[in-house]
Amino acid sequence: MRTTGGQLVMLVVINVALLAFGAAISGGTFLSPFNLQSMAGQLPEIGFLAIGVMLAMCAGNGGIDLSGIALANLSGVVSAVVVGSFLSSADQPAAYSLAFIAGALVVGVLGGTFNGVLISRLNITPILCTLGTQMLFTGLAVVASDGRAVTVGSPDLLSEIGNGLFLGVPISFVIFIAVAAFIAALLKFTPFGLWLMLMGTNPKAAVYAGFPRTKVLIATYATSGLLSGLAGVIIAARNVNVKWDYGTSYLLIAILIAVMAGVRPEGGYGRVICVVLAAIALQLMSSMLNFGGLSNFVRDFAWGALLLTFLAVGRYNVVGFLNPNKSKKLV
Amino acid sequence: MSATHLTESAAVPVPRPNRLLELVRRRPEIITLVLLVAICVAVSIINPAFLQPSSLVDIGRASVVMGLFALGVFIILAAGGIDVSFTAIAAFTMYSMTLLVKNHWPDAPISLVLVAATAGGALLGVVNGLLVHYLKVPSLIVTIGTQYLFRGILLAFIGTVWIMSLPPTMGAFGRLPLVQFDSGGRTITLPFYFLVLPAAALITWWMLNRTLMGRAIFAVGGNANVAERLGYSLRTIHVFMFAYAGALAGLAGIIHTAANRQSNPFDLVGTEINVIAAVVLGGARITGGTGTVIGTLLGVLLVVVVNSVLVMVGIPSTWQRVVVGAFILLAAAFFVFCQKKN
Repeated sequence: MRTTGGQLVMLVVINVALLAFGAAISGGTFLSPFNLQSMAGQLPEIGFLAIGVMLAMCAGNGGIDLSGIALANLSGVVSAVVVGSFLSSADQPAAYSLAFIAGALVVGVLGGTFNGVLISRLNITPILCTLGTQMLFTGLAVVASDGRAVTVGSPDLLSEIGNGLFLGVPISFVIFIAVAAFIAALLKFTPFGLWLMLMGTNPKAAVYAGFPRTKVLIATYATSGLLSGLAGVIIAARNVNVKWDYGTSYLLIAILIAVMAGVRPEGGYGRVICVVLAAIALQLMSSMLNFGGLSNFVRDFAWGALLLTFLAVGRYNVVGFLNPNKSKKLV
Repeated sequence: MSATHLTESAAVPVPRPNRLLELVRRRPEIITLVLLVAICVAVSIINPAFLQPSSLVDIGRASVVMGLFALGVFIILAAGGIDVSFTAIAAFTMYSMTLLVKNHWPDAPISLVLVAATAGGALLGVVNGLLVHYLKVPSLIVTIGTQYLFRGILLAFIGTVWIMSLPPTMGAFGRLPLVQFDSGGRTITLPFYFLVLPAAALITWWMLNRTLMGRAIFAVGGNANVAERLGYSLRTIHVFMFAYAGALAGLAGIIHTAANRQSNPFDLVGTEINVIAAVVLGGARITGGTGTVIGTLLGVLLVVVVNSVLVMVGIPSTWQRVVVGAFILLAAAFFVFCQKKN
């Protein structure tokens, strides 16, 4: 197994270096409160999806969740259509916001559970299953919205989540950190977390040890779905509309963050704090490319190159090589 | 999975194997064929316009590019991998090739263009193969990375402008008829490039069933470790299969351009799932080691037919994704069910 401490140290170093580099090339404006706030506000939607991908990867046996952004869009669209049919976002802002959030989360959990049931009960390979559900979810979102953008508007509570500040920190970012901390605790301190990681390390041994395989898998994908639902809420809160084709490149970015964070694609290892740090690093880089005035296509190219680079870093254990003493080898 | 494995291996002498299930398990493409025929019959009853030569020729035309992609994906799936970068390879080769020919050698012979595009695609495929081999991570993740890499290079450094007027030889190739006939005042043309698909299918079939490389691909798909101990070089196989898929993608890209009479760098990327769906519907297991060329072609026909007949039977085109997504899941569940029954 991979060294565990090294990845964390490396991500912290990368983040600090990026901040320093950004400050140097922009003459300090990169570190201005406004820029930091706007970066922190952009982070949560993709961060939630990345944690979802991490959970699915940890489950092992080729586990991956490709349906994340599709499910996020579906939950936003369905919730906006359903809630919008009996509440008006302009007249009853609080009720609309609460109903919208509840609706999106329910759709997210249902979609995730659907994935989990297909994978654990019917034994469909996760790649194939989530490819299919990705298409299914996108399709359902198209059907529900007739292919058009659905207006959510900016009711008070929802727009507060999307754009408000709490002690100078964007509220969406606070929610993201809180949820990430909760998931981290779930993985670290509950039997579920232990089962998940051990199952990812050796699925066969996990079955012989009597782990509740089906339940763990369903819970994993349902949690991933819940995170997609949360991402859907944040997307709706930050943009006035929800649409089925929002964030087409998020799938790659979520996987990129998970790989950067040292999550093992074969399963069994992944840390939420590393995913959060990797997401922050990616957001910093993205903003820096924006500062440089480079096109979106250069960014696509950069993300692809970065993903392959980090795969190579993981493969050849560059982190352990640079930092041989501090990191302990596990098994 | 392992729990069912246990019961499976314990029950080796199956008392009375169900003949039909056994047949379907060995030749899953039979289901694809039955489904395809059923859909065609149902659609022609609801809307007889489906059987007109024009719509049949349309289906034939639409399946060329997807069929070429699908053959490449099938090879990789058979060896236990997966590829999602082929559309980016196709877009990359088609656009840069068109640009190159247009700017530097406007009347280059079409055969040379096709060969060059195929070689270019193969080269990008080799990059995929080497990365998959040396990084030792699931090929899905590697090819997601290369998809963005290739597409990013294309759009950031090569160009984003549509090429509306193709070089003359490429345009002529797209219009060259194979069969041409009149039907109700309209001239219906089955283009010459349609022949590329059966030719590629034949070559792929020959490669898989008559050469050592074919053996090796299925062996790696069955169990990569055992195949390596048997003496197959995993590196050669990885590089070969991704190069083969890349070559087919490059070829498909040029044909796509010639058929549409324009070169749009934003085309193709985004259709990967349809192609993978087609291959899986054709009976290739995503875990590798199984599948047939004929099944793959049937799967392609199935997806193309589903996509094009929805409107004919009065289902709004917004439902297209839902139907294909549901087909993928049903097919996957069905094949797992057949394996278990055995």
